[in-house]
Amino acid sequence: MLLPIILIFLLAFGLLLLKPQKILSFFKFLWVLPLLLVFYFSGYLPSVYEGSQVVFFRNSWIPSLGISLDFKLDGLSMLFSLMITGIGTLIYLYAAQYLKRDANLHRFFSYLTMFMGAMLGLVLSDNLITLFIFWELTSISSFFLIGFNTTQEESRKSALWALSITGLGGFLLLAAFVLIGTVAGTYSINQLLTQSDVLVNNSFYYIIIFLLFGGAFTKSAQFPFHFWLPGAMKAPTPVSAYLHSATMVKAGIYLLARFSPILGGDVVWNYTLMIVGALTMVMGAVLSVFYKDMKGLLAYSTISALGIIVFLLGVGTEAAIYAACTFILVHALYKASLFLITGIVDHQTHTRDLSILRGLRKIMPLVAVAGFIAALSSGGIPLTFGFLSKELIYGVTTDFMFTQESIVLLTGAALITNVFLTASGFLAGIRPFFGKLPERFQSVQKPHFLLWFPPVLLSVFTVLFGVFPVLPNTLFLKASVRSVLGKLPEMYLSLWHGFNTVLLLSAITIVVGTALYFSIKPSEKGEKSLEIIRRFAPQRFIAATTQAIKRFAFKYTRFFHNGYLRIYIMFIILFFMGIVGYKLFADVPLRVNTEGLSEFRIYEFLVFVITIIAIYFITTTTSRLTSIAALGVIGYSICLIFVFYGAPDLAMTQFAIDTLTVVLFVLVLFKLPPFLRFTNPKIQFIDGVIAVAFGILIALITLQALVSPSDQSVSKFYADNAYKLAKGKNVVNVILVDYRGFDTFIETIVLAIAAIGVYSILKYKTKDGEKSE
Amino acid sequence: MEKNRNNERLDRTILRTSTNYLLPLLILFSIFLLIRGHYLSGGGFVGGLVASIAFVLHSFAYSPYQTVKMFAIKPFFVIPTGLIICFLSGLLPVLLGYPFMSVVWFADSVVVIGALGSALIFDIGVYMVVIGVVLTILFTISENT
Repeated sequence: MLLPIILIFLLAFGLLLLKPQKILSFFKFLWVLPLLLVFYFSGYLPSVYEGSQVVFFRNSWIPSLGISLDFKLDGLSMLFSLMITGIGTLIYLYAAQYLKRDANLHRFFSYLTMFMGAMLGLVLSDNLITLFIFWELTSISSFFLIGFNTTQEESRKSALWALSITGLGGFLLLAAFVLIGTVAGTYSINQLLTQSDVLVNNSFYYIIIFLLFGGAFTKSAQFPFHFWLPGAMKAPTPVSAYLHSATMVKAGIYLLARFSPILGGDVVWNYTLMIVGALTMVMGAVLSVFYKDMKGLLAYSTISALGIIVFLLGVGTEAAIYAACTFILVHALYKASLFLITGIVDHQTHTRDLSILRGLRKIMPLVAVAGFIAALSSGGIPLTFGFLSKELIYGVTTDFMFTQESIVLLTGAALITNVFLTASGFLAGIRPFFGKLPERFQSVQKPHFLLWFPPVLLSVFTVLFGVFPVLPNTLFLKASVRSVLGKLPEMYLSLWHGFNTVLLLSAITIVVGTALYFSIKPSEKGEKSLEIIRRFAPQRFIAATTQAIKRFAFKYTRFFHNGYLRIYIMFIILFFMGIVGYKLFADVPLRVNTEGLSEFRIYEFLVFVITIIAIYFITTTTSRLTSIAALGVIGYSICLIFVFYGAPDLAMTQFAIDTLTVVLFVLVLFKLPPFLRFTNPKIQFIDGVIAVAFGILIALITLQALVSPSDQSVSKFYADNAYKLAKGKNVVNVILVDYRGFDTFIETIVLAIAAIGVYSILKYKTKDGEKSE
Repeated sequence: MEKNRNNERLDRTILRTSTNYLLPLLILFSIFLLIRGHYLSGGGFVGGLVASIAFVLHSFAYSPYQTVKMFAIKPFFVIPTGLIICFLSGLLPVLLGYPFMSVVWFADSVVVIGALGSALIFDIGVYMVVIGVVLTILFTISENT
């Protein structure tokens, strides 16, 4: 399993190198890749069938930290993998035609492939850390996809919004995972299943689940984090179709489902999910019908659908989990179809405005049929797959386990949601195709085969699964419910439950929804009325916070980074004095033992005198060269002190560095304008006080260090083992190249980066002609 | 590097002559420091610094342009070369089945130098990076200021 995922990522990077104009036909055949993956995963269907077996792929990565590249294929990951690759195949097929003329087609497919790989990794990972890495990869690759039209500012802004919100969630998620790992002692999801009690009874439990919710809710666009999703509509339509149906936003759902057996079962877990889910589903559904832009409408109906799934996971009964798994598949099928159809309409007519789109069935009959079926499925009309899931949802809310009031409340919420979803589904899937074809669309071209085929195929599945519910049931649903619930469900999908409350509710939904559809006229006014709600929307709050942070950063920068080197150094020294001085005087009793010090030898005294003279020159001279030379003298004096006290390595390094520093200063100062005096007696006095205080502080620390008992075990270890283990008599160098060789290597890289920095800054200026001669 | 023309008035004969002798000596010394680093004070970092100083001296006596000309490649490209050598010295043990960056020792010791290990290769990489970095920074600055 590791190999296919690595290959996907390699392919994604390889695609970046291609020149799209030359091999346009190549992209037309790229759909073979996800299709191969569909076959690959289908090959495991018999093993996962009815959840009889879980397929593991173990690869160790960093065993000492408990991080591995273990992959696990159970019912839930199978359901998601097949959705990702299956719908992915159609998206590849469709996008090759849809974006045919785009000069950056290779980049598009690269990002898309990367995204698919990340999604697959996410749903297959058995290790929390690996899962997190793939989680972040989906955020990053979707950032590229949403902002694909880099020339549009709106598009870039939406991409940034999506990245910020999902990225924020990622942070919370990482914290949750680290806490889970710490509490349970393992990062393996499979092992966590047996640690459920430990986690639920731990005092960190509520922190963990709320951090986890933070990750899941931001990714799955739950209230109040929903607003990035409509913004993500700026992405090319095939991307929206993919993100909304099978991938990205479903990642949060996957996470919640995956952790239900581990962290679920608690009242807080259930109620939070139910409340947030219910709020989201009602809000999304109601808002969706106000849009005249097809994509805007679909975005809100996606939010609503995600709310439904979260709500169902929150209820958490066997029936609810069953309904959730079913609805995941139902929604993926009809939402992908509706988005693809929207793309076709947009591509052919260059508008997505529902108030003018009419009668397109005459031009694209097959697309109209697909739209019709998708709309029926989203409305839950019998004989489509959507009908079955709607029955299940009502079955959950009318369950007798609730009190009378909550049955009414929950069923009411579900009813409102479904009524509005029916209407919005009809608006998107039926409205553009029926009625009289307006004059302006008379000359619209027929869509290409690659465009209409994917939605038609999806609608075939919608009907197939709707008429033969035994198919999805045995293939995916039973096994995935088992992954969440821990046991095989007793339930099965069926077309006919008899005359009961559920059927009555379904009938009411369809009738009221259809009535709503006919009474809604998508218009400018409808969208405008949403502006009022937007004023109270969470993104206003976040935007205000961002502004405040910007203003703060500006002021902060102005204060601390005022461009004067001496001020920077002063701040650094003062800060250092503040914290070290506090520690020195507040925490430990200051003990200075002068008796332990050795005699002041004559050559030490000489060095001391030389240093004092050099300092005198530095502080009084008006020539740069003199001050640099004097600084060099101080450096050399320090070298001498190192030599006296038996640190030849340090002395040599210091000697060389000091020489080079002086050379460097000379080179820089050689061309600088004449000396400018910024100082006056007052500044000199302040600087003097700071310098003397700092010197005294350092001296005190040094004296204190002499009397404090120090831990000798580390140096003893190196002294004892340097020759024995590393065959070196020079302990310093042995530590550098052997014991801590990795540190040295990374420090070397830092050096290299510094050189590149200097090089590029100076070269850049020359190119710009900013060089001042 | 015509900028230095006004400096040509300074007679640098003594400096140039002494540099001609000092440069190889200093380079030899830096290599000596590099190799003996495992037993006595020295090592790749100091060795690299000493070598850089030698080149800086040369650039003072002549000009940075002429110093760069002595190199077959630009100092800037010495940096990645050194880094790659460091990395390969860490990779060598992996090929022999040890963890990354553990030091392997060659069975026979060499005359004068003593036992050879991959640590020395690593030190050579550091040596090169230091030379590359110092010369890149100094020459870039001297060219641009």
